[in-house]
Amino acid sequence: MSDEHGSVFDGLLGGDSSQWAFGTDFEDPLAGVDTTTPDGVDPAELAAYCLMLGDDALIMSQRLSEWCSRAPDLEEDIALANMALDLLGQARLLLARAAAADPAVVPALPEGSPVPPEDALAFFRDDRDFRNVRLAEVPNGDFAHVVVRLLLFSTARLALLERLRTSRDHVLAAVAGKGVKEVAYHRDWAGRWFLTLAQGTEESHRRLLAALDALWPLQGELVAAHPLERSLAGAGVGVDPAELRQEVDAVLDQVLTVSGVPRPGRAPLAGVGGRTGRDGLHTEALSLLLAEMQVVARAHPSGRW
Amino acid sequence: MPMLTLADLGVLRGVEVERDADGEVVVASITPTYTGCPAMATMRDDLVHRLRDAGFDRVEVRVVLDPPWSSDWISERGRAALRAAGLSAPGPAPRRPGPVLLTLGPPRPAPPCPRCGSAATRLTSEFGATACKALYRCTACLEPFEHVKEI
Repeated sequence: MSDEHGSVFDGLLGGDSSQWAFGTDFEDPLAGVDTTTPDGVDPAELAAYCLMLGDDALIMSQRLSEWCSRAPDLEEDIALANMALDLLGQARLLLARAAAADPAVVPALPEGSPVPPEDALAFFRDDRDFRNVRLAEVPNGDFAHVVVRLLLFSTARLALLERLRTSRDHVLAAVAGKGVKEVAYHRDWAGRWFLTLAQGTEESHRRLLAALDALWPLQGELVAAHPLERSLAGAGVGVDPAELRQEVDAVLDQVLTVSGVPRPGRAPLAGVGGRTGRDGLHTEALSLLLAEMQVVARAHPSGRW
Repeated sequence: MPMLTLADLGVLRGVEVERDADGEVVVASITPTYTGCPAMATMRDDLVHRLRDAGFDRVEVRVVLDPPWSSDWISERGRAALRAAGLSAPGPAPRRPGPVLLTLGPPRPAPPCPRCGSAATRLTSEFGATACKALYRCTACLEPFEHVKEI
C-alpha cells in the first residue's frame, strides 16, 4: 500500500482519545457528585441497600433486554428495550453509589484492570452476592408474562422511588427523582397491556391469568421488609417496603377491577429459613442468567471495550 | 437530535471557570435526560473537544443529577429547531405532587401533527427510537412523527 493510500488510517491510532464516540476509557457516572455518606449511617449498610435497589433494576433490565427482537411487534419491542435501558441506567448509578459508599463490596480484579466499580459489581459477583428480589430473575415466558411481571415490579418500584426522593442520601434522592418519571411510564405501559390482554381474546385472557398465577407468589417479596431496609428507613435514608403495601395494593386492585380479573389467592413463595432474594437466596434461574450476562466480561477482566 | 445544542436541550446546566493552584479550569455541568441515556459519554466528549478546540486546555465535565432534567428546560430556539426538523416539541411537563396516578386510558391530549398541523393524531407508542421520544401518527396526512415526551 502506497504512503498516500496508507494515510487514510493515520487518524485512527494515537492522538486525542476523545475522537472516539465513547472515548477509550470509561467515565464515572457520579463524576462531580457528592458521595459522602450521610451522618449516622453505616457505609456498609448503605452500600448493601444500594445493591438491593440496583440489583433489582439490573436483573429486571437483563430479562427485559432478552425480549429484544422477540416482541409481538416493533413498537412493543422498542418499548421493552426502552424500559430495559431506563432500569440499566438506574442500576449503573445505584451500583456506583454502593461502591462509593463502601469500596469493600467491589470484587477484586487483576491489577491494571480498566473495569469501573459498577461494572465489577455487575459482572464479577456470584449469584449469592446479588440482593435482587426473585420476581426479577425468573425466566421470561410469553408476552402476558412480561406484562404481569412489569406491572408487579413497576408498581412497587414507583411507590418506593416516590418515597426515596426525600432520602437524606443525595445520590439516592436524585436517582429516585428521575426514576419516578421513568417508572411511571413503565407502570402505565404494563397496566394498559394488562387491561388489553384481559379484555382481548379468550386466548389472551387465559394467558394473562396463567402469568398472574405464576408470578403472584413472588409479588410479596417486593413489599416485605428486610431488617436492613427497616434500619435505613429509620435513619431517613431508605424506605421500609412494608409502608408501600397499601399503595401497591390500591394500584393493583384498580388494574384488576378495571380488567375484570379476580385478585389471585396464592400465598407468597416462602424463603429458606426466612431467607429470600434480599439475603442472596435465589432460584437457579439467576445462576443461568448471570452465566450468560457475565461470560464475556469474566473472560477478559483486563479488556478494554 | 443533532438539530439541538446541549444548551437548547437543557442538558448543559452551567459553564464556569474555577481557579486552583495550577491556574484556570473550565468546569461544564451536564445532566442526563433519562438515567440510562447512552449519549452522556458522547456529550461529555463533545464538550471536552469543543472547549479544547476553543483554546481551553484544562476542562472538567461534572454530572448533575439533581434536580432531574425536565423537558421544560428545552429552549424556545430548541423547540423551533425541533419543529423545523419535523419533530413535535413537548408541552408543559406534568407537575406531580404526591403519588403518581395510574393512567389506563389514552394518555394526555395528543399533540398536533408537526407536518400538516392536524389535531387528528394517534399515539403509536410511548417509547420511541430514543428514551425521550414517543411515536405518533397523523390520521389526516397519514405520516408518522416523533414527539419529545413531557417529563
